Amino acid sequence: MTGTVLRALLSHWRRNPLQLFTLLAGLALATALWSGVQAINAEARASYDSAAATLGEGTFDQLTRSDGQPLTVASYVALRRAGWLVSPVTEGRLDGVRIVGLDPLTAPGGLGPVQIADGADVGAFLSGQGQVFGRAAALAALPAGPEKVESPDVAPDTVITDIGVAQRLLGRDGQIDRLIVAMTQPIGQAPLSEIAPELIRKVAQGGSDLGRLTDSFHLNLTAFGLLSFAVGIFIVNGAIGLAFEQRRPVVRTLRALGVPLRRLMVLMALELALMALVAGGIGVALGYVIASLLLPDVAATLQGLYGATVAGTLQLRPVWWASGLAIAFGGTAMASAAAFWRLARLPLLAGGSPRALSMAAGRSARVQGALALVLLVAAGALALTAQGLVAGFALLGSMLIGAALALPLILDRVLAMAERLSRGVRAQWFWADTRQQLPGLSLALAALLLAMAANVGVSTMVSSFRLTFTGFLDQRLASELYVTAADPADAKRLVDYVTPRVRAVLPIQSAPAQIAGFPAEVFGARDDATYRDNWAFLSANPDTWDAVAAGDGILINEQLSRRSGLSLNDAVTLGGRQFAVEGVYGDYGNPIGQAILTEAAFEALYPDVTPLRFGLRLPAAEVPSLVEALENDVGIPAANTVNQAGIKRISLDIFDRTFTVTTALNILTLTVAGFAILMSLLTLAALRVPQLAPAWAMGLTRRELGLLELVRAVLLAVLTALVALPLGLALAWALLAVVNVAAFGWRLPMFLFPLDYLRLGGFALLAAALAALWPAWRLARTPPSDLLKVFSNER
Amino acid sequence: MLLTVTDLRKTYATADGDFDVLRGVDLSLDAGQTLALTGESGSGKSTLLHLIGGLDVPDGGRIVLDGTDLTALDDAGRARMRRETVGVVFQQFNLIPSLRVVDNIAFQARLAGRHDGAWCDTLAERMGLTPQLRKYPEQLSGGQQQRVAIARTLAPRPRLVLADEPTGNLDEAAAAQVLALMLELVTDTGAGLLMVTHSDRLAGQMQRRLHLSRGVIA
Amino acid sequence: MNAKVLILCILPAMTQAQGFSGLGSDAAGFTLPQPHPQFEFPADHGAHPDFRIEWWYVTANLTGPDGTPYGLQWTLFRSALAPAVRPGWDDPQLWMGHAAVTTPTDHFVTERLARGGIGQAGVEAQPFAAWIDDWHFDGIDEGTLRATGPDFGYDMTLTAEGPLVRQGEDGYSVKSTSGQASYYYSQPFYRIGGTLHLPDGDVPVTGTGWLDREWSSQPLAENQTGWDWFSVAFDAGTRMMVYRLRQSDGADYYSATWIAADGTSTPYTDGEVTATPLEETTVDGHTVPTRWQVELPAEGVDVTVAAVNTQAWMTTSVPYWEGPVTVDGSAKGVGYLEMTGYD
Repeated sequence: MTGTVLRALLSHWRRNPLQLFTLLAGLALATALWSGVQAINAEARASYDSAAATLGEGTFDQLTRSDGQPLTVASYVALRRAGWLVSPVTEGRLDGVRIVGLDPLTAPGGLGPVQIADGADVGAFLSGQGQVFGRAAALAALPAGPEKVESPDVAPDTVITDIGVAQRLLGRDGQIDRLIVAMTQPIGQAPLSEIAPELIRKVAQGGSDLGRLTDSFHLNLTAFGLLSFAVGIFIVNGAIGLAFEQRRPVVRTLRALGVPLRRLMVLMALELALMALVAGGIGVALGYVIASLLLPDVAATLQGLYGATVAGTLQLRPVWWASGLAIAFGGTAMASAAAFWRLARLPLLAGGSPRALSMAAGRSARVQGALALVLLVAAGALALTAQGLVAGFALLGSMLIGAALALPLILDRVLAMAERLSRGVRAQWFWADTRQQLPGLSLALAALLLAMAANVGVSTMVSSFRLTFTGFLDQRLASELYVTAADPADAKRLVDYVTPRVRAVLPIQSAPAQIAGFPAEVFGARDDATYRDNWAFLSANPDTWDAVAAGDGILINEQLSRRSGLSLNDAVTLGGRQFAVEGVYGDYGNPIGQAILTEAAFEALYPDVTPLRFGLRLPAAEVPSLVEALENDVGIPAANTVNQAGIKRISLDIFDRTFTVTTALNILTLTVAGFAILMSLLTLAALRVPQLAPAWAMGLTRRELGLLELVRAVLLAVLTALVALPLGLALAWALLAVVNVAAFGWRLPMFLFPLDYLRLGGFALLAAALAALWPAWRLARTPPSDLLKVFSNER
Repeated sequence: MLLTVTDLRKTYATADGDFDVLRGVDLSLDAGQTLALTGESGSGKSTLLHLIGGLDVPDGGRIVLDGTDLTALDDAGRARMRRETVGVVFQQFNLIPSLRVVDNIAFQARLAGRHDGAWCDTLAERMGLTPQLRKYPEQLSGGQQQRVAIARTLAPRPRLVLADEPTGNLDEAAAAQVLALMLELVTDTGAGLLMVTHSDRLAGQMQRRLHLSRGVIA
Repeated sequence: MNAKVLILCILPAMTQAQGFSGLGSDAAGFTLPQPHPQFEFPADHGAHPDFRIEWWYVTANLTGPDGTPYGLQWTLFRSALAPAVRPGWDDPQLWMGHAAVTTPTDHFVTERLARGGIGQAGVEAQPFAAWIDDWHFDGIDEGTLRATGPDFGYDMTLTAEGPLVRQGEDGYSVKSTSGQASYYYSQPFYRIGGTLHLPDGDVPVTGTGWLDREWSSQPLAENQTGWDWFSVAFDAGTRMMVYRLRQSDGADYYSATWIAADGTSTPYTDGEVTATPLEETTVDGHTVPTRWQVELPAEGVDVTVAAVNTQAWMTTSVPYWEGPVTVDGSAKGVGYLEMTGYD
């Protein structure tokens, strides 16, 4: 029996290949976008994790010298002999590859991804030329010397080796950058301040710095993936719903012939599961393609924005292809739940005639409206009160779902009003007919709404970030040239040399500190017009810089202000001295708190810190000659000088990369939405003929009808775009003002980009018009005999 | 003469080769005259009606309607004829589902630019549709829907009314009522009526009667 | 023999692959022990970097104020990747420290690793000092001993109350019938006292201690899978060391030294001594004998040796069993038992 029933059920798809295609393509597209984004995220996170594991970030506390100088082996051994279980790390770059030197004998367990397994030789690792572990690309970039061992677990562009080998390769004999503090320490330790007062302990933050810093970027990608998936599920839901409706006569007949409902439902579920498997497989493959096309740009963005190294090539990770398939199944289940529910409750005899897509679905419209209202009110309440990431996401969710639910009702009201206001009979019919199409198109339109809102929201956020960040760079990178000296003696020679040659020398010096219980970095700034002219504050007292220069004032960044609750005129205690907060400034991209003192106050608090970095103010045209002079006369290699214009160019380049990714995703989501519209129109086309035939019979030409179909699709897209714009702006606001603040501690000002929105609206209309073109053309070419069949019983 | 049809021919391509539906039909009708067109299923009577209504294009012959040669018109010209000169009542699906009854009745008249609100009200009233004006077609019975279709057809005061089994989907009582109303109103407006039917009883109520057999008038 | 944990390889990953077998591998480049050695003190208290492996191994049986028995272990292993000494990170001399305190109910263990060349670990002969990180063993005749772990530690003083004792033939200790051997001497006459730092508080303790010094380049034969080692301090003042090397063919290789109260020693070889497991305990997934019958008929010894705490498993990168024992039978006493190779 099962086989016979299954054949009867499956015959539907053979008769309706378009529906089958819609279902499979929708699901495959949804899965593709989701798993593509997941693949990118998984790849990036794996890279961060391997980097973090290499460096022990996040897991272990670290000790460094407060003056930023390397530690000596003697002070490392002194710590060990005082009972401190610490392990040394020396790192640096050689030919673009990051060399991380560890001591395998003292490194805490779990540190370093190198599994010295089969064939590994401790003797080889620890003596002679040693061994380096890394990915093939990183190993290839290194000069000959130590034995190269390929190890895919190591972070990209990184090699791991013994600390002795690293120091030899880097030419840094006896220099240790930092010490990793093992989690369990023996009893009877002397306090750190007695043994090594020059060291400061940086507490593990749980999760890598990179991970947290780049979360915002991944959040965007994930939001995109999720929305695209939602859009795809809308398509699938439509296709499944229609297929179930159309098969109701078959189901009724089968049940009348004695097939139990339960078996029918199981078979239909199996059929859908099979489709989910096929479509999910295609989707994962497509997702892989999308991810591998986008990954190089994403990697470049992350590298440039955050210094996070991500491999440019994709690995097939079971996590994401499994999750891709899972989400294909989950999405199918979600999309078909309602159809199954209706089928299960269907009385045996009621299944005969296909339910017309009518506009008289009054009760369900009221329920939908009430639900939308509740969600939107909840979103409004959350917008006023939301704090924290969970509330932020609840806000996003209720806002988007509420708007998607409200959209058909809004459009219905708008069309009804247009119908009332319209004068000509054609116009009146057009509005009425458009309104009648709404139920059949509303899923596709909701998909378009979400896609457009996501695009508006994310591009507003990214563009606001770009604008803020470039402004911030202008403020921060006020000096024309930045120079780093190798050691204090070098620094002195540098200062002596440049002082008569430039307008101002601005030392850049900092020391780690705890402010109001939060880790922070304290900077000492020289009182100079550079700061007075360029710095913008989020809030500040008048004469901020005078108050700071007087020695009693302190400036703090927004992160610190938000985390500690410190605001203007609050007192900050540093090294036993009190400072008053004179200003709060924006500090984007920085994970930790920051504070600025005047140079004299800083030197009094941190006498051991010698500035090695300097900002130099001079006419931009003189920069190249100064760089050359520094190299020739002071011996500071050009590599240690950074020219402001260069930094800015790099930053802008990075943003362009970001935009490439964002634009690509924008277009992809819009394509999916356009596809949803196309499929809905094609599905509706069969139902359209009886609706249009009377109008044709009464004297409208087919050409006219086809044109009106096209206009209708574009008009609906326009109306949807009009709803999508405020929704997208609300989305951007929620991302910038709630989610970002909760996740990263800073609030980005929101800027509007009307031209971008216009262009986006143009894309959306284009997508809708393209989607409607073929159905409209088909309609214009319908043979009269097909139209006439409508009127006779011999159809 | 309101309508003159000369040597009209129409051929359909079917799976079994070409099929000559009409093989030289001649026919004429005066204003105010009613004509029944009968014949077996497949005799070509619906096709003839469609050709006269400008809904389809013949392969040969001429149709002159109200002085205009229909066969010389293009798609847009035929559409104008449908709007302004002819009214068609089909067996089913005559109405525009998205419009209320009142708008359906006025639809063709407004398309033709000859909307007369008082006349529409009169039609609705005489068709007994006044209580149904605010409803949508799907909320009406089959007989009511056909009455709306007839009112709509007559609203622009067409010169010629074509009806293709207008009561074919109705029970006998409803059919009689609808037909009586249609004849009464057509006569009042002075239009010509050509009705396709296979019912001898209905054909008997018309002034003239032609029988179509195998594509020619018998 | 005083063959303790041999560490050819220090890293955990390697030890898993290698275990305790295969320790008799070639000794290319390393000096091999020869019969009839002439030890020179204090120089021989120091390290012998031209030998592959070496250790300074202190065990002690202690008693608290309330009579509770405790065991203590302090071990520094040296394992050379090459027979050389170089300054800095390149030094091929690797060091490993094990420390433990055993109570009747608990067993505290900790481990340290280091490399030579940078001063983190090492041994100097004159004045004697052995250290790794904050652990140290200073002075052979009058010494101090310290180790710390996450949850315990100890500070001890040691006083030698008898002479050094050469094991085997004048300090040449044969480990197999095929001739593998080590240099081996002991100080079995320590009086020891000090403080144990335990989670429940400090405990003042006194007792007897035993130092083993051994160095070699190929101490085990290929077919030897592990060993059982006993050191006993009889109440009468005599001392006894017994070991059994287990072979993969089921045969065992025995050796023993009887030490009179004045330090006079008598070596016994294979066939003259036996140790028979009486009772086994499963600890950390390993089944080990924790009650033994030890017989040395030539000295009239027929004793039962029982673990103070059967759970004295050393959860170090090379795991083994090591803990204090009580001795009963023909004579009473206390001692230490070490068992390796019970995978």
